[in-house]
Amino acid sequence: MPVAHKTGTVKSKQGSNAQSQKAPAAKTVKAASKKKDEEDGTETGEGDEWMQGKTLIKPLDQLDLTEAELKEEFTRILTANNPHAPQNIVRYSFKERSYKPISSVDQLAVHFVLEGNLLHQDSDEARRQRAKQGLPEEKDTVETAVAEKPETPAAGGEDAGDVEEGGGEERADSVESKAGKKEQKITNQFNFSERASQTLNNPLRERGCQTEPPPRANFSATANQWEIYDVYLEVLQKQEKNKEKAKAVPKKDDDKGKKKMMLVETQSDDITKVAKVAKIIERMVNQNTFDDIAQDFKYFEDASDEYREQEGTLLPLWKFQYDKAKRLSVTALCWNESYKDLFAVGLGSYDFTKQGRGMLVFYSLKNSTFPEYIYPTTSGILCLDIHKHLPYLVAVGFYDGCVAVYNLKEETLQPIYKSTAKSGKHTDPVWQVKWQKDDMDNNHNFFSVSSDGRVVSWTLVKNELVFTDIIKLSLEGAVSEGPEGVQLPIMACGTSFDFHKQIDYLFLVGTEEGKIHKCSKAYSSQFLETYNAHNMAVDAVKWNHFHTKVFISCSSDWTVKIWDHTIKTPMFTFDLNASVGDVAWSPYSSTVFAAVTTDGKVHTFDLSINKYEAICQQPVVAKKKTKLTHIEFNPVYPIIIVGDDRGYVTSLKLSPNLRKKPKEKKGQELPKGPEVEIAKMEKLLSLLREPENSNA
Amino acid sequence: MAEVEETLKRIQTHKGVIGTIVVNAEGIPIRTTLDNSTTVQYAGLLHQLTMKARSTVRDIDPQNDLTFLRIRSKKHEIMVAPGRSGSSPLVVQWHQSTCVFFLG
Repeated sequence: MPVAHKTGTVKSKQGSNAQSQKAPAAKTVKAASKKKDEEDGTETGEGDEWMQGKTLIKPLDQLDLTEAELKEEFTRILTANNPHAPQNIVRYSFKERSYKPISSVDQLAVHFVLEGNLLHQDSDEARRQRAKQGLPEEKDTVETAVAEKPETPAAGGEDAGDVEEGGGEERADSVESKAGKKEQKITNQFNFSERASQTLNNPLRERGCQTEPPPRANFSATANQWEIYDVYLEVLQKQEKNKEKAKAVPKKDDDKGKKKMMLVETQSDDITKVAKVAKIIERMVNQNTFDDIAQDFKYFEDASDEYREQEGTLLPLWKFQYDKAKRLSVTALCWNESYKDLFAVGLGSYDFTKQGRGMLVFYSLKNSTFPEYIYPTTSGILCLDIHKHLPYLVAVGFYDGCVAVYNLKEETLQPIYKSTAKSGKHTDPVWQVKWQKDDMDNNHNFFSVSSDGRVVSWTLVKNELVFTDIIKLSLEGAVSEGPEGVQLPIMACGTSFDFHKQIDYLFLVGTEEGKIHKCSKAYSSQFLETYNAHNMAVDAVKWNHFHTKVFISCSSDWTVKIWDHTIKTPMFTFDLNASVGDVAWSPYSSTVFAAVTTDGKVHTFDLSINKYEAICQQPVVAKKKTKLTHIEFNPVYPIIIVGDDRGYVTSLKLSPNLRKKPKEKKGQELPKGPEVEIAKMEKLLSLLREPENSNA
Repeated sequence: MAEVEETLKRIQTHKGVIGTIVVNAEGIPIRTTLDNSTTVQYAGLLHQLTMKARSTVRDIDPQNDLTFLRIRSKKHEIMVAPGRSGSSPLVVQWHQSTCVFFLG
């Protein structure tokens, strides 16, 4: 109790002190102090008068509250909010086009702002000031201290005493530092202790974790125009495949087949790529080796032809040979219509005693050292024909009487069709085959003629070769006695035939007896006409490319004859002094043709220039013992290929004289086209006919 | 396969061909008739050149493609033929010098 009393008195003293200090202050303070006084009084009173009971003195203007209201507890929350700050500031948002309240309102309340005037210590002004202020430094400190005193009661009226003084000191320090003077800390003279302490610093522990880095791969690519194009193409192809798959019902077999194909592809990936490229390289290498020949082929025109009047020459170009075909003779030649540099060579033997194997070989002008395709056959080939529209279908006739069809696209070396004894193969060598137009069912078909006297039509129906005898060549009047007295007609041996270019059903057959029969596909037993052409077997018979009436024939009786099919006697006859192996019309002129003989010469004729003699007679092969067997003109280029009995094929270029087009009078346009050629021929024929008519 | 081998052999034995190199799509020579260092050198250098040449041709017209490339110098001629798009080129060097056959 005495302790309490003391505190009370101390407080009252302090309170009175406060009062005395605040006396000159406002009256409102007085009221507050009075209240304090009274509180103090009650407190002191508590000690003395507690037993006596409380005597509350209510001020007059105090609020009257009920008991319940008095007991009500008011919670006061001390927050750091600024009571003067607005609670709902709204701003217009252009994004949402409406007024939106701001999420947080600034709660800062500024109580006191003092704008100081700081100067950099090194600036001129500062130096000047320092100079001025250099003397009254001490005065300043005192002044600041004095200035502090009125501040402290204002700022720290409610603080406790110790804190007040300490606060005052600190503020003095801070004011000094604000003034920009670096001086020693003026510490409290009476009661100052500088004591530093350090809190416990928790030991730092670094903890980190690292995940597995995601797998990275370097990727680099270029995006060129062509790469984009390639990607587009791929996508297109995929789309098309998907469409096909959607349409077609997937068959299991096909899938398996496809899988096999895929496997094969991946295995032989490297090699197949190499194949194509190796071919290109081989051709390049050949081009280098035979560079001069290639240049000649393309550009050389024999200038000396101008001085030679009408004669022409043949310039030898490439020579094609194949090692394995050395002992065989060239028995057939055919140019490919679609690929102008590709030609087929059939190899076999004409010699009856030397029958053995044969070969079908394809060469390209771009590579004269090695054939493009090689098909070995069991029997010698005697004739071949390449389909006009499908350059991969080749019909072949053999010495043993079979006919076969090869598909160049296939990988196998076997023909896709082959006639057998059951399916009507010939019993004698097949001398000529020729493709026809597709029949009404769109099946390919071809004809063959053989020594057994039959002209047979073969149709490729799905997987089979179906044959139809078109005509049987019978010798007129000759009848032999067969067994049991039956009279059998003797068959003539057909050795060559040719179909008319325009009239589909009309064709000519040359026989071993030397006769040429004009036949029709419609009539199977009768000939339309027979010409007594030659004394020996007719080796070749060919219709003129332009003139529809004219055909040419050659024979081993050393002659070449030109006919008009309406007239029974030949228009022209040429004697070539040696057995003529083959004759061919040129594709560019109706009056030019060439013939090969067994003495190794090529005879070229142009009827519009010289009706009696060849304008070019040239030995083509080096050794005189080689016989030339076949000749073919290239449909586009001015070259001919000549085959001989040693298995070589020589290509020759025709000199300009041999390729003459009719000269027109100046001023007139050069008429081009087949009509000109026909007219040319007609002119010649009419010349011949007139003397005949006049003679007759 | 055998056909390809034969073709390669024929090329190699052709008159004037000095060497052939076959290179795969990554630029690694898989077959060569020359010594190792030369092969590697040729393979590396020509691969880039062919790629560039091909890129040029195709940039001008994407439907076009490089068929082959001849490099004629005073001493030799190098012939390069690229494989399918993406694979490496085929090079044949030719004529009185090393013949490099670079194939891809």
